[in-house]
Amino acid sequence: MDLVVNATSLSRSGLSDFLLQRVSAVVLGLYALCIVGFLIVNPDVDQIRWVQYMTSPVMLIFGTLAILSFAVHAWIGMWTVGTDYLSEHKMGKHASFWRLLYQVFVVVIVFTYLLFGLGILWRLPAILL
Amino acid sequence: MQVSIYRYIPGKDTEPRMQHYDYVLPDDRDLMVLEVLEDLKAKDPSIGYRRSCREGVCGSDGMSINGRNGLACKTPVSEAISRDKLMLRPLPGLPVIRDLIVDMSQFYRQYERVDPFLKNDTAKPAQERLQSQEDRKKLDGLYECILCACCTTSCPSFWWNPDKFLGPAALLQSYRFLADSRDTATEERLSKLDDPFSVFRCRGVMNCVNACPKDLNPTKAINEIRTLLVKNGT
Repeated sequence: MDLVVNATSLSRSGLSDFLLQRVSAVVLGLYALCIVGFLIVNPDVDQIRWVQYMTSPVMLIFGTLAILSFAVHAWIGMWTVGTDYLSEHKMGKHASFWRLLYQVFVVVIVFTYLLFGLGILWRLPAILL
Repeated sequence: MQVSIYRYIPGKDTEPRMQHYDYVLPDDRDLMVLEVLEDLKAKDPSIGYRRSCREGVCGSDGMSINGRNGLACKTPVSEAISRDKLMLRPLPGLPVIRDLIVDMSQFYRQYERVDPFLKNDTAKPAQERLQSQEDRKKLDGLYECILCACCTTSCPSFWWNPDKFLGPAALLQSYRFLADSRDTATEERLSKLDDPFSVFRCRGVMNCVNACPKDLNPTKAINEIRTLLVKNGT
């Protein structure tokens, strides 16, 4: 087993990654349902009503959970894709370099989404003040 | 019918090529692909392929037949033929030794990794380890595998990570011993499978189910292993 490849997986355990990816998918699905459901029930929603909904304690916690789930889900998925296509078996001895470069790129993107997502979500209550 | 065969003879050919043969099918009966190959080899003895039992038991004549993996001896030409053409290539994802003959070493290494034999640390019985009929039934659909590699070499996850992902055939055999009531090494077997590749690289593409000439279901076995891992690890 290639330990270098495993070292960058989220948990180094196939079972943990498998469960985390599925649980995070369920969280994201439920969050999407909450958003879409709210818009269907309130077709003439204005900004004040929208911000009130998004800053309710339940939605703030749920939103935070959804953003964290996105980061976990995206990293496990993109790591899996990278270790499929950018492998020594397919690319030869330089595969590790390209895979590391790819993983750094994915980390930057995921981390950016994470910071901006949490920043926007938790700054929303200030709009009401 | 035109039969196109993948040809590559190391030392003679600089690169692989497809060689085309014309073949007249009989009107009165269907042929198996292996019979066509036998006829062609009689005319051109340089064609290389493996075969032995010619009845789907030895598993030696696995190949890609018009893009689908199968045993040449069990595949009727009438089922495989497309636009009056028959395209025969070696099993994908394994190094070609010559023509339709592939190097199965990587396939066997993965098979070896699952310890495909009964492990039991209890005292030896006087005669044999007994099993109830219900427990025996759990092995149906698992023990019949003939290791032809049609499933494993049709799996994209195996093409990408042949050294890390065990592949459908090895995983089917892994579950064959996990499901065996006489085997006591369940914990040890499962602990060897809990990495991101060995089992969890299966995406449920189900090419393996489509390719298996014995109508087995490796995807189901892999899901059973996952369930065992979840039960064991949570």
